[in-house]
Amino acid sequence: MAFVDPGQIRDADAGQKGDVLLRVEDVSLSFGGVKAITAISFDIKQGEIRAIIGPNGAGKTSMLNVINGFYHPQEGEIWFRGKKRKALKPHQIANEGIARTFQNIALFKGMSTLDNIMTGRLTKMKKNMFWQAIWRGPAEREEIEHREVVERIIDFLEIQHIRKTSVGRLPYGLQKRVELGRALAAEPALLLLDEPMAGMNVEEKEDMSRFIIDVNQQFGTTIALIEHDMGVVMDLSDRVVVLDYGKKIGDGPPDEVRRNQDVIDAYLGVAHD
Amino acid sequence: MADAVAAASPAEDTFPKLLLRNARIRGDRPAIREKDLGIWQTWTWSEVADEVRAFGLGFQELGFKRGSRVAIVGSNRPCLYWAIMATQALGGVPVPVYADAVAEELAQVLADADVTFAVVEDQEQVDKILSVRDRAATIERVIYDDPRGLRDYDHARLHPFTHVQEIGRRRLESDPGAAEAWLAEIDAGKGSDISIMLYTSGTTGRSKGVMLSGERCIAAASDTVAFDKLTDRDEALAYLPLAWVGDHYLNYAQGMVAGFCIACPESMETVLQDLREIGPTFYFAPPRVFENNLTTVMIRMEDAGRLKQRMFHYFLGVAKKYGERILNGERVPLTGRLLYGLGELLVYGPLKNVLGFSRIRVAYTAGEAIGPDLFSFYRSLGMNLKQLYGQTEAFLYVTAHADGHVRADTVGPPAPNVEIQIASSGEVIFRSPGQFVAYYKNEEATREAQTEDGWVHTGDAGFFAKDGQLKIIDRAKDVGKLTDGSLFAPKYIENKLKFFPNIKEAVAFGDGRDYATVFINIDLNSVGNWAERNNVSYGSYQELAAHPDVYGMVEEHVASVNRDLVAEEAMAGSQIRRFLILHKELDADDGELTRTQKVRRSFIAERYAPLIEALYDGSDEKYVETEVTFEDGRTGKIRATVEIRDMAEVPSAPGAREAAE
Repeated sequence: MAFVDPGQIRDADAGQKGDVLLRVEDVSLSFGGVKAITAISFDIKQGEIRAIIGPNGAGKTSMLNVINGFYHPQEGEIWFRGKKRKALKPHQIANEGIARTFQNIALFKGMSTLDNIMTGRLTKMKKNMFWQAIWRGPAEREEIEHREVVERIIDFLEIQHIRKTSVGRLPYGLQKRVELGRALAAEPALLLLDEPMAGMNVEEKEDMSRFIIDVNQQFGTTIALIEHDMGVVMDLSDRVVVLDYGKKIGDGPPDEVRRNQDVIDAYLGVAHD
Repeated sequence: MADAVAAASPAEDTFPKLLLRNARIRGDRPAIREKDLGIWQTWTWSEVADEVRAFGLGFQELGFKRGSRVAIVGSNRPCLYWAIMATQALGGVPVPVYADAVAEELAQVLADADVTFAVVEDQEQVDKILSVRDRAATIERVIYDDPRGLRDYDHARLHPFTHVQEIGRRRLESDPGAAEAWLAEIDAGKGSDISIMLYTSGTTGRSKGVMLSGERCIAAASDTVAFDKLTDRDEALAYLPLAWVGDHYLNYAQGMVAGFCIACPESMETVLQDLREIGPTFYFAPPRVFENNLTTVMIRMEDAGRLKQRMFHYFLGVAKKYGERILNGERVPLTGRLLYGLGELLVYGPLKNVLGFSRIRVAYTAGEAIGPDLFSFYRSLGMNLKQLYGQTEAFLYVTAHADGHVRADTVGPPAPNVEIQIASSGEVIFRSPGQFVAYYKNEEATREAQTEDGWVHTGDAGFFAKDGQLKIIDRAKDVGKLTDGSLFAPKYIENKLKFFPNIKEAVAFGDGRDYATVFINIDLNSVGNWAERNNVSYGSYQELAAHPDVYGMVEEHVASVNRDLVAEEAMAGSQIRRFLILHKELDADDGELTRTQKVRRSFIAERYAPLIEALYDGSDEKYVETEVTFEDGRTGKIRATVEIRDMAEVPSAPGAREAAE
């Protein structure tokens, strides 16, 4: 999980592979009169790749926002690392150990790849403004440590050639990769990917799939992702949860979900036998 | 001089012996660098010797025996160079394979060379080898550098490079005789042993394993190290494919002989940035790289402010007038020198700095003919760019320009200790200190290429100019005649076309036909930039290539080439009468180019036969379907209707020369 020493160091409270990392219990979320999510329960296990799929407006992104604490559900509970979660403020969310990428890339366009990924380390920087202002000494040493972690990520994602390029000038596929890099920089216990492959061509999708699998295998990072490309979802994920109109209609390994008649009706669009 | 220029003494007739020598006499000098996590890491010669020994001793534990053949697959990584050294030290034969070879090509080489071990870069290469295991059954073990993604693989016959070194280091600790045994292995190596096997690029069919001996390699490298006065203060960027003779000669062999440092780039995409950071003193690049550089510079200058543009173009004019003469040590008026000095300060210096050429003492280009203007451009900036002509069978050098005697249209006089003759057929044949021993398991090909008394056939047609410099026209078998008997040298025409930044590739036809025609590939960078400026929208290469304005532009280029051709008596007959712009880029994955990016003429002629037919049947367009291979190995089809343009004939009147100017 930690980038500093791949796969070796784990947080003390991080569980073994297969333990439940996050549990969603009976969660409902509504915006005014619109019910986005209705009484949904599922869990995400340590070390797995969990996909959330469903047609447009099924409540996938809302679900992701609930998981990372951006929305607090009106009903139901979220259990993360064995603790029930209260409503959180944004900076608390960032320290929770959950990092995410966005459906529509949210990077600092004018900043370089390196600086963008460095921002992912912000919550881990401990030196206060005083030391930052003096710079020489402790603050500089701290930055060097963080830079090393970031360089490992750059190496991992094979984006050395755009290290110093401002992100706004990069093609879409590379921007997505930089965003993944920024999320990884936080060394998250749980990584949320909102449509990591939307708008990519086949080659970019293959690259991205490989990075997702590598992150999962090399660092043991638990990943929850939303994706529309069924082939990708079925290949990548260990388990899939299917939403439709804010309700859960299927949950299980890809093969099982593929055979589930409700899922076929709602989403996959294959005819009855 | 003898001290300044380190040459190998006769005692060091193999590369491992040279490695020991370098560790002994310049142990603290940098030997190899690699950029890792954004920082340049350096190993000195004595550290390299340690790394090589650790790997070699571990390698033996895995079953390596004297004579084992070891495939080396990957880009330029220090540990792959060490694997080459370790293999040679233990009396094995390294067989580098192109990193971008598809599984099929890889299987062919592995099987042909009877490879028992493979040292590879990463998961991609491991996967390729595993996928062809059935055809390369002799492979016993695979050793990899980058562990990424390989965690869940079966490690029974798969080993990380560092683990092999670990085994070696443990052996060194526990067994006091291990170090001595290693030295004894090196001592047992003879200069006449096969040092390396390099596979030819396969421009002409199946690639052959060229066997080179240590003493010949070192003799050749010693000659050129002295010729270009290379010392252990020099530095080169090792970015050329490991499997190509150029890398093995220019970086590996010369580096070993002269003791200079080679720097491995961070990744293939960062080569240009790494070049800037390292600032090599010795540099080699194929003409294509120089061409791309120039194109990029010109495109970026168009975005510069007006003042900068005017300054740039003014001083380029100055450089054109005086630069090359200054470089060649000719007499130049004082005003010229002053202006040139000012230009160096304002334009040439910064420009060379941006390109990473600031420290270059000697630069070479080879592989294809270089456009005279392109060549002069770099030389006029004060860069000592020269040409060499060579091939794998010669262990590179056949001819090379000497400092101060450089011409764009020749490849120079014979390199030191090389003899050259022109056979009656017009083919260039040579005898050289580095020439190959034989092709591996291919006596017939060896007999065809090498005569009894040691003359090697190059397959290239050429002649000596009056000043004793060799001129290469084309592949001997490619030079043909039109039906009216006039000479047709396709490469000559193509090179003229390719000098235009808008034209990336051209393939000319005409042998045995009534007139000459060409296929053209536009340069997407350059033409794309033009399209952006002129509000031409396009969705793909195909769409842009078919645009009428693009055709118009290319037509002008072709017309200008025709005017050039007419101006030269021998070539006047082969001016281009019809041309078309291909609907797809020529690509090595489709077999249209070799891995070294050379056009495979006969393959293209076969593949696009309907288009060639259309060039000669008078039709003005043709519908074609072409199969293409994507990078992931799948195939698809491109359909297009390709337009064909007629060119007006340029009269070869006496006044044609003036008109062309």
